[in-house]
Amino acid sequence: MTTVEISRIDQIIDKYEGEEGILIQLLLDIQQELNWIPKEAAERISQRLNIPLSQIYRVASFYTAMSLTPRGKHLVSVCTGTACHIRGSPRLLDRVTDILKIKPGETTPDRRFTLHTVNCLGCCALGPVVVVDGQYYGKVVPAKAEEILKGYD
Amino acid sequence: MPRFNSPGELEEFRQEILSKRDPNRPCITICSGTGCHAYGSERVNAAFEEEVKKQGLETELDIRRTGCHGFCERGTLVVIYPEEICYVNVQPEDAAEVVQGVKDKKVVERLLYVDPATGKKIVHESDIPFYKNQVRIVFGNNKYIDPREINDYIALGGYSALSKALFQMTPEQVLQEVKKSNLRGRGGGGFPAGIKWETTKNAPGEPKYVIVNCDEGDPGAYMDRSLMEGNPHSVLEGLIIGAYAIGSSQGFVYVRQEYPLAVSNLNVALKQARECGLLGDNILGSGFNFDVKIHRGAGAFVSGESSALMTAIEGKVGEPRPKYIRTAVKGIWDRPSNLNNVETWATVPLIINNGTDWFRSIGTEGSKGTKIFSLVGKVNNTGLVEVPMGMTLREIIFNIGGGIRDGKKFKAVQTGGPSGGVIPEKYLDLPVDFDELTKAGSMMGSGGMIVMDEDTCMVDTAKYFLTFLADESCGKCVPCREGIKQMLDIVTDITEGRGEKGDIELLEEIAATVKEFSLCALGTTAPNPVLSTLRYFRDEYVAHIEQKRCPAYVCKPLISYYIDPNKCQACMICLRQCPVGAISGGKNQIHVIDQTKCIKCNTCFEVCPPRFDAVRRLSGEPVPAPIKDRTLARGKG
Repeated sequence: MTTVEISRIDQIIDKYEGEEGILIQLLLDIQQELNWIPKEAAERISQRLNIPLSQIYRVASFYTAMSLTPRGKHLVSVCTGTACHIRGSPRLLDRVTDILKIKPGETTPDRRFTLHTVNCLGCCALGPVVVVDGQYYGKVVPAKAEEILKGYD
Repeated sequence: MPRFNSPGELEEFRQEILSKRDPNRPCITICSGTGCHAYGSERVNAAFEEEVKKQGLETELDIRRTGCHGFCERGTLVVIYPEEICYVNVQPEDAAEVVQGVKDKKVVERLLYVDPATGKKIVHESDIPFYKNQVRIVFGNNKYIDPREINDYIALGGYSALSKALFQMTPEQVLQEVKKSNLRGRGGGGFPAGIKWETTKNAPGEPKYVIVNCDEGDPGAYMDRSLMEGNPHSVLEGLIIGAYAIGSSQGFVYVRQEYPLAVSNLNVALKQARECGLLGDNILGSGFNFDVKIHRGAGAFVSGESSALMTAIEGKVGEPRPKYIRTAVKGIWDRPSNLNNVETWATVPLIINNGTDWFRSIGTEGSKGTKIFSLVGKVNNTGLVEVPMGMTLREIIFNIGGGIRDGKKFKAVQTGGPSGGVIPEKYLDLPVDFDELTKAGSMMGSGGMIVMDEDTCMVDTAKYFLTFLADESCGKCVPCREGIKQMLDIVTDITEGRGEKGDIELLEEIAATVKEFSLCALGTTAPNPVLSTLRYFRDEYVAHIEQKRCPAYVCKPLISYYIDPNKCQACMICLRQCPVGAISGGKNQIHVIDQTKCIKCNTCFEVCPPRFDAVRRLSGEPVPAPIKDRTLARGKG
């Protein structure tokens, strides 16, 4: 990690100074800032807040919002909520995994894409839904998946 | 923002806002809820703002970005006040015409909702059948309010219930009022809120905590999100009233981090409420102190369970613990902690303002008031609906929801999320309330209502929920961790053609164990999707096991795609779109699917023009061999 990143982590830790029960909030902020939680970040928290490293990893590995490996440039989220499921998201997910050649939770070797599934995005009227970097694509049939992903380098 | 030091000052401010607002001044409201956002409401909003500027109308009309209106099917929704003209499926390109229409007092006919039943265009929002059949007491203000403007909420009478509670009622009276109303928890359990409040109030230990559960984890349910995003002050007002009744000075709002807009709008609401003296020390000059912290959840379904949620607020892994002592007595840091769902809190101000008798006049004997449901799946009008308890499933799905999409047949409705179950057609006239749904083998849950049609496989549905639950089980107790996994293995075998005689009985046996011995509600309710599909659709399990047939053509290993040589017109559409090149043929040559290459992606079935209808799905029967002469004889029919 660069010194800039370390000082950014310090700033995040400082923000919560004196508060109780902040570990989850802290890790979420770091995830948002760096797009993953590097070992150095966990060690820094452990050192500064006197929290055992094992406890930090226990939290970070429990929650799906936290990633212990670097994420790709583009985050592809396929909604697998119930409404999307019965409208055909399994077929869509099959197609996306086929195109990207990775499973949900994985990142392509060139680190272009990270694929993951989400349990409901709350826009069920548009199902099946795919979100790439915050851009929503609705009523996506498997045949449309390739065209969407082509738009991201 | 002014700071209110007494109820009178709040009331004066309200009158001041109202006196400045001309009810006849045109206002364009643009729905900015999550559904409409996904349709691109940001761009629609930008286009409207630009157009108003271009036409120089900034001083003559207002634009308001509101929370979710509920009719997500037809987003982006734009409603023009004071006439209440409702435009559906609005695109940025429509801005010029709509703004011109507002100026000229003309209706843009082409953007109106067309009633599919009558073919007639409907001008006013409240005349649209989707809205007409609802009773929107909790959710109804969303469409009038910019959630980032406390003034909008105050103008509609906001915080008057808080003022009433603090100055005209004792905490005990507030508690008794809520208890008498028989408000039951909207998060799923249906436990009476007043009794829970009383338990926390009387429990030994200080400080006491009050918490909003906005960890809406049920897939297919998004009403809490829309309420929190669209009208955060209503939730906050309820929470402050609850804190006053219980005697708490510290509150928490637990929100999923997947809901960034809810977190952001809530942050704005908290800041504004503090500035106005509605939150913090000496609220409205009453001497009552109370403040709220936001805790973002980090993506774990089980953390929505009360004891798990409270452990997460302590900064630890959000896992449940045995509740020999309820969280109402020993919750966060072992202090008495009262947790209610978003919708429950938002209902509290209504009860305080309108009285228990009014609230009890809505709903059924055992379930009072209204409930918001997210009506999704294979239904025509996807959206959020608020109805009085006791309305039948048929009324909700057909009168409000407009029936099943694409003229298909209704099969079942799934309620209660992964803890609930499916309800078949014969129970469509069931009145929806806490007790009736439980009797039918499902549950109210947080309010997801997923409509399924003939194309939905019930074994696959059970597999879907088991996969979800196996993934979300925290693994702390054995019956849940192992039981769900074993059930999933068996159901997976059934859907992949490896089902055996005795599987159903084994499933039932494991389900009984998981239900009886799991630690928390995730486990004890986990068998419900399996048990309810078995109860009503046992024949589908049998077809999968004995005939290796999936009647709904969903389970991939049990189905094949086949092009009917008598119908194929060699149009090349499926051949070109097949992602794996499994279809051979050519111009004037009947197409054939290579079964060894086919990945069963359904693309050929979807793209084959309906007038040919040549692609067939087969299940439980062999695929006929390709015909020898594949030359298409045109005109032969």
